[in-house]
Amino acid sequence: MLENYIPIIVLFGIAIVLAIILMSLSRLLGPYRPNKNKLNPYESGMDPVGQAKERYSIGFYLVAMEFIVFDLEVIFLYPWAVGFLDLGLEAFFAMTIFIVILFIGLWYTLKIGTLDFSMKPTLANR
Amino acid sequence: MDLSTALVCLIIGLPLAGFFINGVLGLISSSYRENKPLIGTIANVAVFAPFLIALYLFFNHSADASAVVVTLFTWIDVGTLTVDIAYRIDQLSLLMVLVVTGVGAFIHLYSIGYMGHDPGYWKFFAYLNLFIFAMLNLVMGNNLLLLFLGWEGVGLCSYLLIGFWYKDMAKSDAAKKAFIYNRVGDFAFLIGMFMVFQTVGSLDFDVILGNLEAFSSEYLFWIGLLFFIGATGKSAQIPLFVWLPDAMAGPTSVSALIHAATMVTSGIYLITRLSEMYVLSPEVMLIVSVIGGLTAIVAATIALTQNDIKRVLAYSTVSQLGYMFLALGAGGFTAAMFHVVTHAFFKACLFLGSGSVIHTMEHVGEKLKKEGKEVDFDPQDIRFMGGLRKSMPSTYKTFLIATIAIAGIPPLAGFFSKDEILMHAFSAGLGEYAGSLYMILWGVGIATAFLTAFYMFRLTFSTFHGKFKLPEKVKEASGAESHLHESPVSMTLPLWVLAVASVIGGFMGIPNFVVETFTGQTANINLLHPWLDTIAADYPIVMGKAVEWLLMGLAVAIAAGAVWIAWKMYGEGRVEESDAVVTAKTGVFYKVWQEKYNFDEFYEALVVRPVVRFSDRVLAVFDMKVVDGFVNAVGGTVRLFGSLIRYVQSGVISSYALYLVIGVILVMAMMLS
Amino acid sequence: MDYLYDLNTFLPATIMAAAGLVAILMAAYKARIGNIFNFTIVALVMALAVSIRDLFGPDGTAFFDMIAYGGTAAFGAFLVTLGTLFCVVISRDYLEAIDHHYREVYAMILFGSTGMVGLAVSNDLIMLFLGVETMSICLYVLAGLIKGEKIGAESALKYVLLGAFSTGFLLYGIALIYGATGATSYAVVAGAAEATPLFLAGTALLLVGFFFKISAVPFHMWTPDVYQGTPTTLTAYFATASKAASFIALVLVLSRMIPEIEGVELTQLLQVIAILTMIVGNLIALVQDNVKRMLAYSSIAHAGYILVGLAAGTPEGYTGVLYYLFAYTIMNIGAFGVIAYYERNHALDFTDVHNYAGLGYKFPVMGVLLSVFLFSLIGIPPFVGFLGKYYVFAAAVNAGLVTLAVIGVLASAASVFYYLRVMVYLYFREPHKEYQLVRPGALFKYSLILLGILTLWYGIEPIFPTDSLIELISTYY
Repeated sequence: MLENYIPIIVLFGIAIVLAIILMSLSRLLGPYRPNKNKLNPYESGMDPVGQAKERYSIGFYLVAMEFIVFDLEVIFLYPWAVGFLDLGLEAFFAMTIFIVILFIGLWYTLKIGTLDFSMKPTLANR
Repeated sequence: MDLSTALVCLIIGLPLAGFFINGVLGLISSSYRENKPLIGTIANVAVFAPFLIALYLFFNHSADASAVVVTLFTWIDVGTLTVDIAYRIDQLSLLMVLVVTGVGAFIHLYSIGYMGHDPGYWKFFAYLNLFIFAMLNLVMGNNLLLLFLGWEGVGLCSYLLIGFWYKDMAKSDAAKKAFIYNRVGDFAFLIGMFMVFQTVGSLDFDVILGNLEAFSSEYLFWIGLLFFIGATGKSAQIPLFVWLPDAMAGPTSVSALIHAATMVTSGIYLITRLSEMYVLSPEVMLIVSVIGGLTAIVAATIALTQNDIKRVLAYSTVSQLGYMFLALGAGGFTAAMFHVVTHAFFKACLFLGSGSVIHTMEHVGEKLKKEGKEVDFDPQDIRFMGGLRKSMPSTYKTFLIATIAIAGIPPLAGFFSKDEILMHAFSAGLGEYAGSLYMILWGVGIATAFLTAFYMFRLTFSTFHGKFKLPEKVKEASGAESHLHESPVSMTLPLWVLAVASVIGGFMGIPNFVVETFTGQTANINLLHPWLDTIAADYPIVMGKAVEWLLMGLAVAIAAGAVWIAWKMYGEGRVEESDAVVTAKTGVFYKVWQEKYNFDEFYEALVVRPVVRFSDRVLAVFDMKVVDGFVNAVGGTVRLFGSLIRYVQSGVISSYALYLVIGVILVMAMMLS
Repeated sequence: MDYLYDLNTFLPATIMAAAGLVAILMAAYKARIGNIFNFTIVALVMALAVSIRDLFGPDGTAFFDMIAYGGTAAFGAFLVTLGTLFCVVISRDYLEAIDHHYREVYAMILFGSTGMVGLAVSNDLIMLFLGVETMSICLYVLAGLIKGEKIGAESALKYVLLGAFSTGFLLYGIALIYGATGATSYAVVAGAAEATPLFLAGTALLLVGFFFKISAVPFHMWTPDVYQGTPTTLTAYFATASKAASFIALVLVLSRMIPEIEGVELTQLLQVIAILTMIVGNLIALVQDNVKRMLAYSSIAHAGYILVGLAAGTPEGYTGVLYYLFAYTIMNIGAFGVIAYYERNHALDFTDVHNYAGLGYKFPVMGVLLSVFLFSLIGIPPFVGFLGKYYVFAAAVNAGLVTLAVIGVLASAASVFYYLRVMVYLYFREPHKEYQLVRPGALFKYSLILLGILTLWYGIEPIFPTDSLIELISTYY
């Protein structure tokens, strides 16, 4: 049964080789002028090395959570999209309900200002 | 639901509903408490309606009809014990229901006037209705357990009503005394019930009486004796009678209803109900008779010496109950029931009459207080009364009628029932088993009859004849006689009804031989004997008509003689002077009687004090040191473990996770092993 | 359409989910909180009505065998909805009084109850997992409601960490069972399973997940800390609705997935866990001064009693478990409710038992009610708690587990001490400080009185043989 996985291993191999080739090419062909910002692991992000107790805005987490939600939504939508015609109308309604529920969640988060970084996100307290 | 079921439900349910309505509404609404006409109406309807229904049932039930059993639902169903809430309509229960609801109804009516000014009006009527409910369960229950439920229920109501004015310590003590003495009897009743169940596996009367051959003679003796001991508690017989005189602390209408007419006769009802069982054990019958006869004469002699109007009546009740037990033991079950009925009439009338007198005397006291006169007298003491017949004509007349009835003067009710009892005692005295003893008991009965007539007329004369003695005795009370007045009609009407019943009540039990002598044929003028024939296992009376006439004449002569002596001594209302004469004549006996044979002191010395001392010195110490010590040790140990285990709960989350993992390993190990 | 029929069988949860969506939008638009509350009540009453209808309805499975309906599952839905309704009713005044009345609370409760119903009706391990997670995530949020204070944050953090940890085991167990049988639907698993180590390990891990949710010893450590830090009315919600859902799911797993598999013997394991739970729960409860912690340990002990019925493993035992859950739900919400009622007064810390001195006279009705609930929790007739205990212990005895039943009775005898201790303070101690009291809210008060009446009514109800709850339940098995 393991032979079924051979194409995946091949894919892995190609991906690794391609990555090496591309990185080497850019290193060889492009200009190389390093500075502190450029050497950061994530150029526009946070420094992954440092004090663990650093505090940063909870807004990051909210965005990240929303990202995960929609990430999962996409994962769910893909198989349905592939079998869309075979699954028929019932599945369509089910997916609609699913998306509506997610949409209401998004609506709520927008309404309480999650994505508005200018104000402090709060629960809809009184 | 057929008609009889519906009617039984109404009979039983209405008093209960009355209790709940008055009890619950009175408890939660202060404005309802003030609405006395409504409370009184509800309580009275709840008793009068069952009375009318009972009358209907009575007239639709022929003497030879078999019992109708109405089963409402199964009450207890455990193992082999099945007890239904089932009510029995037969000749005996109908008779009792009529007495309970009939006398009860008029006493309810009387209480409207008597309790009119009491703040606990609602509570009083609620208790009274509850009592009727319990009493009906007692007399209508189709099994011993339901009877016992009623038995305990009436005990509870008796307790609540004796202690109705519970703020008076003496009265609440009297209530406790009544309850505790009754408990002694109840204990015996319970054991008797267990023995019955052990033998026949059921508590239904039909099953018990249908399987009498299943009982061994020892069992018959012990069961009979135990039930009788139960009856001595409830019906105030030696040795448990001392609570009844103290029970007079309750409101007078309670004394009339519970402690004269109904509850105290439940022991007689019980034995009559089981009469077929009792006649199988002559030893028990003899014990019942002896105790009854002793109680009759002991109580009668005490009654002779008392000056409290209600106490005289209380001892008279004890004495008359003794009479009934004497009849039971002599095989005169019908005679005993006959006396229950007639006694209910005249004794209720006497109590209500005394209530009317007390009511007036209290009123006099209040009026005098209002006039600013410092008077302190006991409104129940006959030495302060006298001459009341002028101002209280209705009370006087009814009281006199009832006194004549209890004294046994023909043709009033008491004459016939008492005569039949004596006839049975005499007849048993002619029998083979313990004949001489029964003959002595007959003599005791005759003596008691004499005493009864004597002390009852002493009471009547000193209360109503002569002059009003309060102003003489208490200087400040001059002019008190102007405050005497007759009671309201709601009180005198029941008096008249009961007085009429005391006059004509005896005609249901005219002995057949009276008519047979004149007509020479077999007569059937006695209504009671055929009515109770199927239930009461009476001994036949084996005497010639001449002897019966002789006995009857003797009874009349004795009673009339007693009345004549009483008239001579007390006719002018001179209580104390005449009492002094009696004292001189009887000497040391009088002292014994006056001190009530020292029963209370005897119990105090024999039971109360040793028990108190034992509990104080031994039980209390044991309880504190050993029992509490043990409990505390157990509690302490458990708490110690608890406080050790609580250290596991450190609050550190990583240790929590560790325990969780340990748990996982445990579970995995157990699953995979 | 099949779809609508399936939806109909899942209607209580559907109503609550839809209501939750509306409620969260109302919260987003800052609707008046009273309106959100009223809306939630209306939705829950509808859901309760539907779930009562389902109690008497047919049974079967729906959504491709993902859920069961009718019978035990319907009873689970009913119990969850009932508990939720009562907790919501008593929450408004209380949360208002402690100043943590957020609009989102009601939406969270509705979503949480949706998850609970899903859990209670699950007929498939996937559905089970979905239900557990939907429920748990909402509970994590509610546990941290008092977020400004350390105790609330601690409560939420501990709950979420340990909850995630245990969910890992649960999911792992499901994966192993799937690996062993190739199925997740109970019936298919039951048909395909053999007593292989793989399957047994999977079952063990699945049970661990359950034991965590029902807070059986030694998976109970989170319970007191979380219960203490959560607002009291929501603690009642945690302790009753979520536990009832988990227990009913466990009953379904044990009765539908496990029993036909040869060589899988769970009685011993359940017995050991039950004994541990009863003993530890009762022992530590003895030394608690904080009433909420005391009730937390008491709820652990009660989980032990319920496990006795599960260990019996007979239809009688499962019947007892369902009745016990019903009893436990009403009496425990009542007990927590009275504490919440007291806590609305800020004069003293009313989670400390020492401050209960003389309270029975200050609040006579509440004192009587708390006594009723505590007596019922002890298991004294004629209250419903007695019958619950009676049914599970009787089932254990009839199944031959006499020792277990004896230990259970002894443990509940020990529990008398700490329940009565509260009553001693209520009635026999002098209050040591004068303080002003907040006057009662009518809805709060009357719902507690209703719970008290139910506690008494269902304690004496089996005397009347018709239409008895126990008869209804016993038809499920």
